[in-house]
Amino acid sequence: MYGKRSRFLTIMLTLGLAFFYIPMVLLVIYSFNHSKLVPVWGGWSLRWYYELFQSPEVWQAVSLSLQIAVVNATFATALGTLAGLAMVRFGRFRGRTLFGGMLVAPLVMPEVITGLSLLVFFISLNQLIGWPAERGFATITIAHITFSMAYVAVTIQARLTGMGQTLEEAAADLGAKPFKVLTAITIPQLTPALISGWLLAFTLSLDDLVIASFVTGPGANTLPILIFSRIRLGLRPDINALATIMILVIAICVAIAAIVMFRQQRADMLDRQMAEREEG
Amino acid sequence: MTDVSHKPSPTSQGSFVSLVMRRIQSHWRQIITVIPFFWLLFFFLAPFFIVAKISLAELAIASPPFTKLVEWTDSGIVTIRLVFDNFVYIWEDSLYFDTYVNSLKISITSTLLCLLFGYPIAYAIVRSGPVAKPLLLFAIILPFWTSFLLRVYSWMGLLADQGTINNLLIALGIIDEPIRMLYTEFAVYIGIVYTYMPFMILPLYATMEKLDNSLNEAAADLGSRPANTFFKITLPLTMPGIIAGSLLVFIPATGEYVIPDLLGGGNVQMIGRVLFNEFSRNSDWPVAAAVAIVLLFILVLPIMVFQYFQGKASEEQ
Repeated sequence: MYGKRSRFLTIMLTLGLAFFYIPMVLLVIYSFNHSKLVPVWGGWSLRWYYELFQSPEVWQAVSLSLQIAVVNATFATALGTLAGLAMVRFGRFRGRTLFGGMLVAPLVMPEVITGLSLLVFFISLNQLIGWPAERGFATITIAHITFSMAYVAVTIQARLTGMGQTLEEAAADLGAKPFKVLTAITIPQLTPALISGWLLAFTLSLDDLVIASFVTGPGANTLPILIFSRIRLGLRPDINALATIMILVIAICVAIAAIVMFRQQRADMLDRQMAEREEG
Repeated sequence: MTDVSHKPSPTSQGSFVSLVMRRIQSHWRQIITVIPFFWLLFFFLAPFFIVAKISLAELAIASPPFTKLVEWTDSGIVTIRLVFDNFVYIWEDSLYFDTYVNSLKISITSTLLCLLFGYPIAYAIVRSGPVAKPLLLFAIILPFWTSFLLRVYSWMGLLADQGTINNLLIALGIIDEPIRMLYTEFAVYIGIVYTYMPFMILPLYATMEKLDNSLNEAAADLGSRPANTFFKITLPLTMPGIIAGSLLVFIPATGEYVIPDLLGGGNVQMIGRVLFNEFSRNSDWPVAAAVAIVLLFILVLPIMVFQYFQGKASEEQ
């Protein structure tokens, strides 16, 4: 729906974008501030970046968070894709309503509830079977997979409904068995959604504080846990430096994802135009 | 060479593999469904039942610190003890009750603020040209991908007594003394609206995008004023987006922990924060579990409404 954008709408849009971006821009600018007091300008400097890189705690947290994020993204993409396929392509099956409900609920469930329930779950499991003996990497990763796979499933479902079943039906008509159709047609067609789902799960994991705080154990600090413990007591210039680096990394990831999605959309549109032309 | 007999011969191994392959090929649909299904059943649904169980137990000096519900006594009789004291305690303790009310007040007000500001922003994006539109959408989505924690932190620098806003106002001579903004309810509102706004804008945009402009033109041709057209046509037709966006803001905001903790300090009580502290500091697990169950109970209806709309949206596609 195009149309004229009234002055009121333009003003609201401008204010909205200013509201979104001014805090982030200031955060980045103050990371180059020499002064120890964050909002007091003391000249440009890379001092806080230097101090940040000197801290072994930060490196450990970054390393743990990245490991969790990669394992989480991989498993969540696999599970989310299976779930998306089951929901969109397999018609009605027993337990579908429950399945759908469990897939949507993690998207909105308050993190404190998810975190708390997973913690008591891990503790009960430990009493029952002796695992997990200590909480950390494994428990955080399982917790992250559980909520990230729901986000991946949404992405996959949207792609599955968006791309239609024409190619799959054509392959089936030409004698391909259903399993062959899945591996040779459906999965390759899903590639852009798989990539963006993986990146989404990756950033969700890097971002999570609350659930990780619940299910972590002594000594296992992820990056958000470390940041939170520092900024709870007030502003910290080294956190501004860290934030700047994280914003940069995530902006690059999002840009890649956006380009992949955009290309796919354009390819889809071209396909559809070609098909329409041939029909006409 | 005694263990030879235990090794399957190459042929039987081959037929075993092909048997497994055939099994997979004939049951692959079930396998695909069962794996994520059981993952969620095990790691998402089962934990809630354990929380519910603990909420019905009593505090005990043990590890974990609560009593068992089901016990086998020496005589072999199974006893089941359900304690509703925790729920009575929450109901009667004004601290918990007020905190629930305050959380709902803050989350409802924030949802309305997001709608008030998000609606015109979404509408402005829909009405933008084909070049500007994807860029604007990207601009809305980008902060949503950046760290939530750091977005909240960025407002600490703006709102602090020695922060950017106060410094600016003092430098301009508008105020003499810094206004206290950080660690107030105002800061919590800013934080929630700031971090949850994209969740409102995106569903609104999705429904507005599908609107047919010819309806507006027809109304205008028939002499309807723009305001009238908006309330009679555009607003009702964008209702699905309004509901989805509002629920996406309202449900998580009610249980929010980070924002009231960082921007509200100790001055703004929200249930997510109470729950977190109850669990980590006091270790009164049965009460904390009961607090979580009550919160879940409050949110179960909005969550089901959200699922209903989500299901309907995917069927329409």
